[in-house]
This record gives sequence, C-alpha cells and structure tokens, in this order.
Amino acid sequence: MATERAVAPSAVRTEPILEARSLTRHFRIGGPLSRRFLHAVDDVDLVIRPNEIVALVGESGSGKSTVARLLARVYRPTRGEIVYHGRSLATMTARKERLGYAARVPMVFQDPYGSLSPVYRVSHGVMRALKLHRPELTANDREQEAQRILKSVGLQPPHEFLSKYPHQLSGGQRQRIGFAQALACRPELILADEPVSMLDVSVRIGVLNLMADLRRNEGISFLYITHDIASARYVADRLIVMYAGRIAESGPVEDVLANPKHPYTQLLLSAVPDPRAPISLPATSEVAEPPRVIDPGEGCRFRYRCPYAIERCSKETPQMRPLRPAHEAACHVAT
Amino acid sequence: MAVRVVTDAVPAEAPPVSTRGGVLAAVGLALLRSRKATFGLTMLAFFALVGLLAPLIAPYDPHALLFDPILGPSLAHPLGTTSFGQDIFSQLVWSTRQSLLLAIVAGLFATLISVIVGVSAAYLGGLWDHVLNLFTDVFLVIPTLPLMIVVAAYAKSGGVVVLIAVIVITGWSYGARQLRSQALSLRNREFLEAARVRGERSLYIIVFEVMPNMTSLIVAIFLGAALYAVLAAAGLQFIGLGDPNDLSWGTMLYWAQANGALLAGSPIWVLAPGICIALLGAAFALLNYAFDELSNPALRPVRRRKS
Amino acid sequence: MIGIGSALLEVEDLCVDYVTEKGAVRAVDRVSLSVAPGEFLGIVGESGCGKSTLLYAIARLLAPPAEIASGSIRFRGDDMVTMGEEDLRHIRWRNYSVVMQSAMNALNPVMTIGAQLSDAILAHQRMSHRDLRRRSEEVLRLVGIDPVHLKSFPHQLSGGMRQRSMIAMALVFTPELVIMDEPTSALDVVAQRSLMLQIKQLQKKIGFAAIFVTHDMSLVSHFSDRLAVMYAGQVMEIGPTQTVFDRPRHPYSSGLLGSFPSIKGERQALQGIPGSPPDLAHPPSGCRFHPRCPRVMPHCKTIEPPFFEREDVQVRCHLYAGSDGD
Repeated sequence: MATERAVAPSAVRTEPILEARSLTRHFRIGGPLSRRFLHAVDDVDLVIRPNEIVALVGESGSGKSTVARLLARVYRPTRGEIVYHGRSLATMTARKERLGYAARVPMVFQDPYGSLSPVYRVSHGVMRALKLHRPELTANDREQEAQRILKSVGLQPPHEFLSKYPHQLSGGQRQRIGFAQALACRPELILADEPVSMLDVSVRIGVLNLMADLRRNEGISFLYITHDIASARYVADRLIVMYAGRIAESGPVEDVLANPKHPYTQLLLSAVPDPRAPISLPATSEVAEPPRVIDPGEGCRFRYRCPYAIERCSKETPQMRPLRPAHEAACHVAT
Repeated sequence: MAVRVVTDAVPAEAPPVSTRGGVLAAVGLALLRSRKATFGLTMLAFFALVGLLAPLIAPYDPHALLFDPILGPSLAHPLGTTSFGQDIFSQLVWSTRQSLLLAIVAGLFATLISVIVGVSAAYLGGLWDHVLNLFTDVFLVIPTLPLMIVVAAYAKSGGVVVLIAVIVITGWSYGARQLRSQALSLRNREFLEAARVRGERSLYIIVFEVMPNMTSLIVAIFLGAALYAVLAAAGLQFIGLGDPNDLSWGTMLYWAQANGALLAGSPIWVLAPGICIALLGAAFALLNYAFDELSNPALRPVRRRKS
Repeated sequence: MIGIGSALLEVEDLCVDYVTEKGAVRAVDRVSLSVAPGEFLGIVGESGCGKSTLLYAIARLLAPPAEIASGSIRFRGDDMVTMGEEDLRHIRWRNYSVVMQSAMNALNPVMTIGAQLSDAILAHQRMSHRDLRRRSEEVLRLVGIDPVHLKSFPHQLSGGMRQRSMIAMALVFTPELVIMDEPTSALDVVAQRSLMLQIKQLQKKIGFAAIFVTHDMSLVSHFSDRLAVMYAGQVMEIGPTQTVFDRPRHPYSSGLLGSFPSIKGERQALQGIPGSPPDLAHPPSGCRFHPRCPRVMPHCKTIEPPFFEREDVQVRCHLYAGSDGD
C-alpha cells in the first residue's frame, strides 16, 4: 500500500508524524451556565514517529479515549496544540486539508458491534473511504482495491466478505473490517481505541498480530489505546501510562515494565493477573477515593491512593521529568 | 457467528440469529408474520383500490340529484339516498379518494418536517438542539383543536390545500420529539463517529447514516401522522371548515348533520362515512403498532412455548 | 442436611434450549458438574459458549425464550428443575445467592445503600430495626466498605465499591452457595484484582461455595479450586485448577491459555486460536472444536468425543482415547 514510502529503521530518530503539546480538554458538567468542568485530559505531551507503535494505557476515565478523539479531530482541544508534520492542526481548516488529515490519521473503534452500520453491507465503509479519499479511482478500481485491502487484513475470500452484513460476521471479523476501513485511506498512523477489549480472548491475539504485521509490512504507525498492559507490551515499542487525565509515566515498554517509576504504574503492574506469578496486591488497595477529575485543582491526582504521598504532592502538580534514558515520570517522589 | 458482546446487562447469552438477505427482506417477513400488519395492509389496499377504481365501482354520479330523497337501502341504492336525492353509496366510493389522499399527503409532509427538525436537532446538538427543541415544544403545547379551527376558519377559501397545511402544522411536533430521542441514542454509536472521522459531511451522515437506521420509526411516525390526518380532516370537514362541495367522508358527515339525517330517518347516511373513517384510521393505527414493534423489540408480544 | 463429602450442588446432563421461530437452539449441552460445600468452581469460556446460560439455569433464573430442556440440578438434595416458584423463593438468597455481571448498575440510584440493603433483607426475613442496622453494618464491613456508606447513594461510590456492596447484599443470609457471573468484568484491573482477593478471603472466612463465571482464564487462576472450560455449549475440560493450568489437556484450553500475553519473561509471538466460535444454531459435527483445532484428527469430524479421565481431569477429546496416551 505505502510502498513508495521508505520504511525508516527504528533506530534512526525521524521526524515525528504527530505531536501533541500540552493537549488539554475540559468538558462542562451540567447546563450551559455551569461553572464545573471535567478535566478529561490535562497537559498531555506525546510524539508518534513513523513506523512505531505507541501504547496509551490507563483505566476507564483516565482520558485515554479522549486523547484519541482529540487527535482524530472529533473534539477540539480546550488548550494546547496538535502538530502534524510540523503543521498545527488548528491552521488546517479547508475541507481539502481536513480530508487529507482524516485519510492519513484514521481511527479504529472499540466496539465491533457498534462501529459498523447494521443497515449496510460491510463494503460500505471501505467503499466510502475509497470514494472520499481516493477520488481518482474508478468504480472498478475501487472494487479491486477493496478486495486487496480485505485480503491484507486476513478476510478471505474478500468478495464474499464484502457482500455480507455486519450481523453475519463475528466480532474479530468485524474488527478487521474496521482496520480495512482505516487502510482504505492509505494511512500513516492509525489511532486504535481499545480495538481488542471487546473481542473474545482467543481472537484478540489475531487482531494484535494484524497490527504488528501492518507496521512491519506497510510501515504504518499505531497509537494503541488499551487498559490491558500485557497486550500493550505484546505489540508496542513505547508505553504511555495515563491516570486521571494526565500522563503518569512514559518510556520504552520493556524499561517501564522492568523499572516502573510512578507508584500508579507499580500498582497497575501488580494487578495484572498472571497465572504464573504470586499475588502481590493487598485486597483493600482499591477501597480508596476514585480520582477527582471534576475541577481537580493543583496537586498530584494519584495522591489519595498513593502510599508514598508527601505534603508537596497536594500542593504542586508534578511535571514529567526524565529518570532513565527516554523514560520519564510525573512524580515528586520517584527516583 | 459469535454472540454479541455487551458490556452492560445481558439477561442471558442470546443465541445468534442469522438472517440471510437484507434488512428490507427481514422487515417484509416480519410484517407478513404480524397479524396486525396484515390486517392493516389489507384494509389500506382495499381503500386504495376503491379510490382508484371509483368511476368503475360507483353506479351513479355522486353529485347529481337524480333520485327521491331519503330512500331506504334497496338493490338500486345499497345505502339509500340523501335528502337531496343523491346516491349515498356512490358518494361514499368517490369520497374514498380525497380522504385517503389527504391522509397520505398530510402524513408525508408532517413526517418530513418531524424528520428534518427532530434528526437535525439531535445530530447537530448544542445551540441547534436548544432552538429546534424549543420550537417543537411550542407546537407540542399549543392546544391543537382551537388552533386548527382558527387557522381553517381564517383561510376558508383555500380548500384541500389549507386543510393539509393545517393538519401538517398541528401534527408534526409529536413525531419530531420521538425522532429526536431516537436519533440522540444513535448519536454516540460508533459507526456515526467512524463516518465523522472518515471525513463525511454532516448532511451525508444525517441522510445516509442516521436515517436508514431509523426507517421503521419514521414509517411508524408517518402512519401515526396519517391516522391523525384522517381524523383531523374528518373533524374539520364535519364542522364545516373544509370546502363543502368536496367529496370526502368528512363533508358527507357535514351534510348529513346539516340535514338532520338521524332525525330524518336515514342513519346510514351518518354511519357509512363514520365507519369508513374508523376503518381507515384503524388500518393506519394497526400498521403503526406493527412498525413500533419492529423498531422496539421490547413491545413484541412474547410467544411462550408450553412446557 | 448434607453429609460431609457429599456434593452441595449436582448438575447432571443439563441441556438448555433457546426456543426460536426456526426451532430450538441448544445453548447448554449435556453439562454435568458438582460443587462440594466450600468449593470454588471457576467456569471459563468465550462469549456464546453458554456459560452464563448455564449459571442462569442453575439459579433457576432463565426467562423465555430460554428453558431447561432436560437434565437435573440437585441443590442440597432438592431437585431444582421441578421446584415450584414458592419453594424457590424460600431458598433463593437464604441458601444461594446470585451476583450479576453488571450488578453495580442494578442499584437504585435514588436510594441509599443502607435502604437497599434493608429492603433486600426484609424481603426474606422480618427483623427489628436495630438488628437490621447491625446486620447491614456487619456485611458492609465484611466486604471492606466503611459502614458510613450506608448513608451514601450509589453514585457516591466507585464501581468497585458498588460491586462490593452488591456482594454484601448477596451475603446477608450467609448462603451456602454464591453464584457469580463475571462480577469483576466492568471494573478496572486494580479494582478487579482487589475484588477477587476480597471474594476469596470472604469465602475462606464464611465458607460458602462459589461458582464463578468469567471469560478471563487468568483471573481465576489463583482463586478457584476447580476449573471447567466451556466451548460451544459443552464442558470441554474440568479438573483441579492448578492441574488444568500447568498442563492444559484439551487443545482449546491450551489455546485459550496461550492467548494471554504476559508482562514477564521473554516477549514471544502468540497465535491465539484461528477462526471464531461456532454458531450454536448449526454446531459443527463431531467434536465442536474440530474446525479450529490445531491437532484435529480425521475422526474428530464425525465422532463426538466422550469424557476421558487423566489425573483427576475430565477431558472431552479424542487425543486421550488410548489407555495411556497423553
């Protein structure tokens, strides 16, 4: 698909595709005159380079899906900017430019049962994407291209799948259609919002492998959003951990897993069920205040649950600081 | 095919249902299975046929004053004659045309307005929603009957067009409210978000993504509006707000009332158009229920197997 | 009363059908299992494997179009299949209780936790106001919630705490059996883990038996005594949890176990299981797993395997047909 684009070796530092700078999104709670705001995302910085899979990990309500929707321009940021190949998205207002961006940075959704319209055949989304983003193709070309794309996401024979209705496919197959829709736009970066969390365990790996294959064969980058740290480790190069709308820690996957610096990352890792490891989590560690994201004010948002919290944590919001090579955490205490 | 994965309550894992063919085929099949729908459709088809073939069915000119007044039913006049000596059966047959046409046209326009207002309000959200909602609310709370009478009396000379306009103006708001709430529940479905992210324009999304998913509700609303139109038109014509020279069941009632048909000993003059109105209304109502059941599985009657 | 060693719950050849217009779909097919007093039985399987339907059948909570087609369920020696609604109401909640998947959303948003607990208690037993309060505080403390939350409304509690209060409600009469349908699946990993630990601690302390259904095999690994793996309506493998984990015999069990990436050790490529679960309206012939099985043999396609026994493990697979094969 993107054969004309040279695949950069990952060791070389390349220009980022997408960069978020202090990305912030608040939602007003209650009526239009309300003064209360939900801080869904606060001051998030992130960089995604070519040929890279970045995992954004967090629990529900951590703001990870909001980040994906900000990057996909579903929401407008309250503050901060998103830079695509050196250009701020805020300056790209013409329909042509917006379409161009939508094609290069498409999104794959969480719910395989909700992301396909039940009234159309599954070819609908793929065909619409081809029509919108590659108007030079004839109807015949589109048909050919759709079949090629379906093959590349592992749906064989493609013409049979294209003429089916969503309810005739399994969850895993539907999710592959979701990826096919994204691929039809010839993307550089796919925003994948929990693409496997609603799939059966036995077919999850297949979809994760598909992401890895697409990166290897077509050089496509991914922002993989998930609550499952083990699957993040399985596919991703870098890991970003979010808590209550802020980034807690980020770094190379293996380094973060081997040396988790932020107390939240440590808690998260200890909670991952692993049949081969002993349990290391006290039963009552969850019975604490849920994170306050409505007008949270200054201070670390994890302090209510943090065993190492000091006075400074409630007064000053910790900033990201490097603790190991390419590995940062937002914590006053961590070393 | 895997069973639906739902994060919320699943009462019990429902077994997969695999239907072949499209949604239309499924809807058609469901309609054939529903007794309500079959009955309604048959009746509607009957009236449509009568309206269409009126010149062939009606034995006499419905306006012509050919006969003796107030004849009882006989072979020559199955329903007798009016006090002007017109054949009631011929009048009834010819009247089917206007009554049916009025119902369908008024129903269509009312539905069109409710779709435009309801779906746009839900999909566009924000300020648009507030304004359109306010608009709908105003029409919802206006007392319909007085408004209808005032408007119809004010524009008396307009005939059928005014009648349709009055019915549309007073009849769209209920459907708009229903459509808005269903569109709201669709609004956050991921396939709409997928279309937005793909770069589709709002108009495309409303027409090609939102509306096809609401077909059965839209049809149900049309049927409801048509039912309302049948009754409202009959009512307005009965109190003399239509054009009395038109041929419709409502005007028949108007003339029957004006000439004291019941006192004059010709109950059929009143009963025949009355029953027709009731039957046409029932046809629309039954179809409406059937489509409601289609779009809302919770309303479907549960058929239990005896254990 | 139940003698020592005898089963608390015994399910034999249970079949559950969904009656559709096109005929009956068998969602649970000849399932047999037993639960001893105080035992923790885990049931794992993918969506549509019939695990929740099985649970609903055991709790006698099936609603049309689902119904028990054949088989028996004996709880404390009583036949649950033929039991009348009146008798059921007598033992439900008192002798066995149920915690649903989205139980935390089943709380009434406009009533305090305390009021809802009292309602649940009074529905089954008359109690004085003071006893009511004491018992409510007791069960809340039991599940690790401060009794001040008796005055809280559901939205003031986190998801984990709401799910805990549902478990508290299930425990007010100290039942002998608690049936749980993915009670942790709507929770975050941390909350999920600590809730599991809490359930296990409670079970040890109070001594109830538990049936725990989940799609996440690794979740029950530390907690269940025995494990049943279900696929396409049938139990494929059942045995002591540790044995099944250390040495999954059925190709489906090992495939399922091999589908979980680990956060420890080498990063290794996984394959999952190819294909997708079958449509129960048209189950595959022979062994139901054969279309996806990496070790399929010719006769798997035609002959349905019976159970074979290996090391306390019952496994429904032709690989173990020989007297010594393993």
